[in-house]
Amino acid sequence: MYAFDYQRPAGLDEALAALRAGEDVKLLAGGQTLLPTLKQRLAQPSVLVDLAAIPELSRIEHSQYFLTIGAMTRHADVAASSVVAEAIPAVADLAGLIGDPAVRNRGTIGGSIANNDPTADYPAACLALGATIITNARRIAADDFFTGLFETALAEDEVILAVEFPVGARAAYRKFRNPASRYAMAGVFVAERSGEVRVAVTGAGQGGVFRWSDAETALAADFSPAAVDALALDPSDVMADLHGSAEYRAQLVKVMAKRAVAAIVG
Amino acid sequence: MNANSFDTSKVTPLGAPVRRKEDRRFITGKGRYTDDLSRPGQAHAYFLRSPYAHAVIRGIDTSAAAKMPGVVAILTGQDLADDGIRGLICGWMIHSKDGSPMKAGHHAALAKDKVRYVGDHVAVVIGETLNAAKDAAAAIDVDYEVLPAAADLGAARAPGAAQIHDEAPGNTVFEWELGDKAATEAAFARAAHVTKIDLVNNRLAPNPMEPRAAIGEYDAGDETYTLWTTSQNPHVARLVLSAFVGLAPENKLRVIAPDVGGGFGSKIFIYAEETVCAWASKRVGRPVKWTCDRSEAFLCDAHGRDHITHGELAMDGQGKIIGFRVKTVANMGAYLSTFASCVPTYLYATLLSGQYDIPAIYCEVDAVYTNTAPVDAYRGAGRPEATFLVERIVEKAAREIRQDSAAFRRRNFITSFPHQTPVILSYDIGGYAASLDKALELADYAGFPARKAEAARRGKLRGIGLSNYIEACGIAPSAAVGSLGAGVGLWESAEVRVNPTGNVEVLTGSHSHGQGHETTFAQLVSARLGIPIDQVTIVHGDTDKVQFGMGTYGSRSGAVGMSAISKALDKVEAKAKKIAAHILEASEGDIEFKDGHFTVSGTDRSLAFAAVALNAYVAHKFPTSEIEPGLKEGAFYDPVNFTFPAGCHICELEVDPETGTTEIIKWVAVDDFGSIINPMIVEGQVHGGIAQGVGQALLEGVRYDADGQLVTGSFMDYTMPRAGDLPSFVVGMTETRCPSNPLGMKGCGEAGAIAAPPAVINALTDALGTEDIPMPATPATLWKIAQGQTARRAAE
Repeated sequence: MYAFDYQRPAGLDEALAALRAGEDVKLLAGGQTLLPTLKQRLAQPSVLVDLAAIPELSRIEHSQYFLTIGAMTRHADVAASSVVAEAIPAVADLAGLIGDPAVRNRGTIGGSIANNDPTADYPAACLALGATIITNARRIAADDFFTGLFETALAEDEVILAVEFPVGARAAYRKFRNPASRYAMAGVFVAERSGEVRVAVTGAGQGGVFRWSDAETALAADFSPAAVDALALDPSDVMADLHGSAEYRAQLVKVMAKRAVAAIVG
Repeated sequence: MNANSFDTSKVTPLGAPVRRKEDRRFITGKGRYTDDLSRPGQAHAYFLRSPYAHAVIRGIDTSAAAKMPGVVAILTGQDLADDGIRGLICGWMIHSKDGSPMKAGHHAALAKDKVRYVGDHVAVVIGETLNAAKDAAAAIDVDYEVLPAAADLGAARAPGAAQIHDEAPGNTVFEWELGDKAATEAAFARAAHVTKIDLVNNRLAPNPMEPRAAIGEYDAGDETYTLWTTSQNPHVARLVLSAFVGLAPENKLRVIAPDVGGGFGSKIFIYAEETVCAWASKRVGRPVKWTCDRSEAFLCDAHGRDHITHGELAMDGQGKIIGFRVKTVANMGAYLSTFASCVPTYLYATLLSGQYDIPAIYCEVDAVYTNTAPVDAYRGAGRPEATFLVERIVEKAAREIRQDSAAFRRRNFITSFPHQTPVILSYDIGGYAASLDKALELADYAGFPARKAEAARRGKLRGIGLSNYIEACGIAPSAAVGSLGAGVGLWESAEVRVNPTGNVEVLTGSHSHGQGHETTFAQLVSARLGIPIDQVTIVHGDTDKVQFGMGTYGSRSGAVGMSAISKALDKVEAKAKKIAAHILEASEGDIEFKDGHFTVSGTDRSLAFAAVALNAYVAHKFPTSEIEPGLKEGAFYDPVNFTFPAGCHICELEVDPETGTTEIIKWVAVDDFGSIINPMIVEGQVHGGIAQGVGQALLEGVRYDADGQLVTGSFMDYTMPRAGDLPSFVVGMTETRCPSNPLGMKGCGEAGAIAAPPAVINALTDALGTEDIPMPATPATLWKIAQGQTARRAAE
């Protein structure tokens, strides 16, 4: 690890000021990606601004139309939340499948989507549920937020405050874990609302999380596992590595999609 | 003190599941590992490692780095050579078929002219802090001339391959053979059926929980070195560093291996890092500390396995095995590690008879250098490779001649003992049918077809696999291993010190790094002397305390280490009897020792052990001209034979053809470890061994790319077994008491890792209906095979 300065502001304004004050200032959320990166000397920020002491960033709220989760809410808290379980059980399920207990006790939803690791889980939920990412500056639709591998629409000095999920969809998430890292090799989030179906895939796409439009069309016509079984994801768009070929990942996407639909229709 | 006040309820009989004494310390964070220690004034070492698999070092410019803040010193291979520090050694001589000695390339602790694998040591930076050392290491300018790499066995043996060591033309270390070639050829000539198999035994990274670490400290006053290091055998480390590396005379070097958090073989060896820390501490006049990080451990801890093997098994018309021939190519990595050469030879080919009566065996092993991390002993060491081959080819043979796998094995079992195999070893005792029978019953083998059919209805492919393993442990009579090329004897020592108040310190040359010696060794003493277990302390891991010892590996500490303690206890008892006879005014022959009391036989005149101990030191009541005061005895125990733990493991599993995922449904382990001191600890060893064996079969595999870059360099890519990958094990035992040591023990530390891989692969091949399943059988691999099988069936 290289040396850096550490700040722990108690308020958002202070955090924003710190973020704008210098070069190479990085926000620290749960640190589950950032800290290992620093330990391996793969990043050299001048300042880390820890968001953990800003109370309004950790919250879970359920209104008539939305489930709102503050950016600094830990995965374990989402997984265990009765509010989330009532509003959108699939989101609680997803949070409980992230990493391991140590990761879930530190990792945050804001950190996860800001990093936009192509094998992270939350981006799939955001995309499939049509979430809105609320920042200090604006509201960003999930469809516009995830722009590429480790890339998002966030500006340099923009801070995620919360993620707002519309409630009322039938939804499920199924994930095939990478045997070594336990990140998603194929994670599929399926959401259906009044005949509209959104299918988001993480862990497999060469460009990161994506919506599987063929599956959405097929499921809109026939919301059943069999409808997915007839599809094939083009392997040329799918990641390949030591752990699995593109063909294998494409297969896993299909199987996870099928199982997610099966979970919804019971 | 009242010598009779011991709480006899805390006397621990042999065979009782006594809780581990050491665990209170470990689970409350009070363990003391090497990295927990800090010495006054210590500096920190960071090793600059080669980023290339194979390169000539044209120059190392440390001038800019040396000026950086916090740098104490930067040392290179030239500095080592200037101080007369010699290379690291391989301590087991193997001769090739033509009689020539193995071709060991020079292995400098810091590479001087050439680097031979990614992670090879180029320089050490000693800094005020680790960060300062790392910063400076990044500023060292090494001028490399990158050479083509030979990153696997195929590349290393190809015509025109990169030449890794000048000493070893064609990268061949040795071409060794064992067995009777002519008799084996004759058996094949009359065979009714021959089964052939090609196997790869995958390379593994050992990954003990505690990474390696070392602190070297030189005392300029009395000119002694102290080395704290994560060693399974501190005396062997001292011997090698003194006699071969030339660091210091043995009496001027103290090696301490404090609490050590797992080794699995990888901490047997004498590595560059601890050598350099000890040497550099004199150079810089300060203690020098190094702690390996996990990434470095993947790069440079000795790996395990990595064989390519072709085997052929000959049978007569009745399904009796009549011959076995084997050709193995073993990857040694870039250098010969401390015991590397014995692993694919005498720890491997000598086990090729398995549990079977095979009249003729012939095995050839070619050992080859590659531009990869050195390969040496890893849990099982040679024996897992042998068992994998034997149990895979036996299973395949049974299927080919359409006999039930269990029945085929039973037909070929060795049933009378002692049994001389054609590959050196003479099995002293075993009961293979008993283990098989018990395992079949526990596994409900007869009910398997119904379970397979039920699984098929759920769309799952269910398979069952047997593994009837045998291993040779408790290595071995020193003269015998010496005749096979070992550079050391393989006895063990112990010293039993009875204090005046009757409690006991046992100094042992064995080393506990997870095995629970503080419990089992104390349990032995408690049971033997009739004193509470908390009155017994086990001392190990310090060359200044324990006189000498060979350390812990190869499941030897029970059979050999505890036998040495038992021998010392014999002497303690004999002397205490003499003293008791004087005090009780009886003749020595009338004294009986039982339940912690010396009694004049046929009377109620009795003395507790502690009372005799006190009298031994007070020395008022016996003639010191005949009996020396005190009560302390030592023993060196050299085994009369290897021990031969054996058993039967049965794995039942299901494969999901949609994803290739394997779920192990049931695991039955029936082991014959001879007599058992602590069944709870034995079960723990079995569990851990199976976990590592399942890891090899399903999850783990070290991979290098064609340039010799390590692809599986972290837990992101190297799959360690997790609790969720394993079922709850059904552990059963059978027992044939080992006749070759006083306690009747055989050893249990490696059995699971040896038994498990073929059990898994035999079950997978059964489930998928093909014999060609590589390790690790990952979901991606199995999915592809399942796809192929579906396509094949559709075509038929």
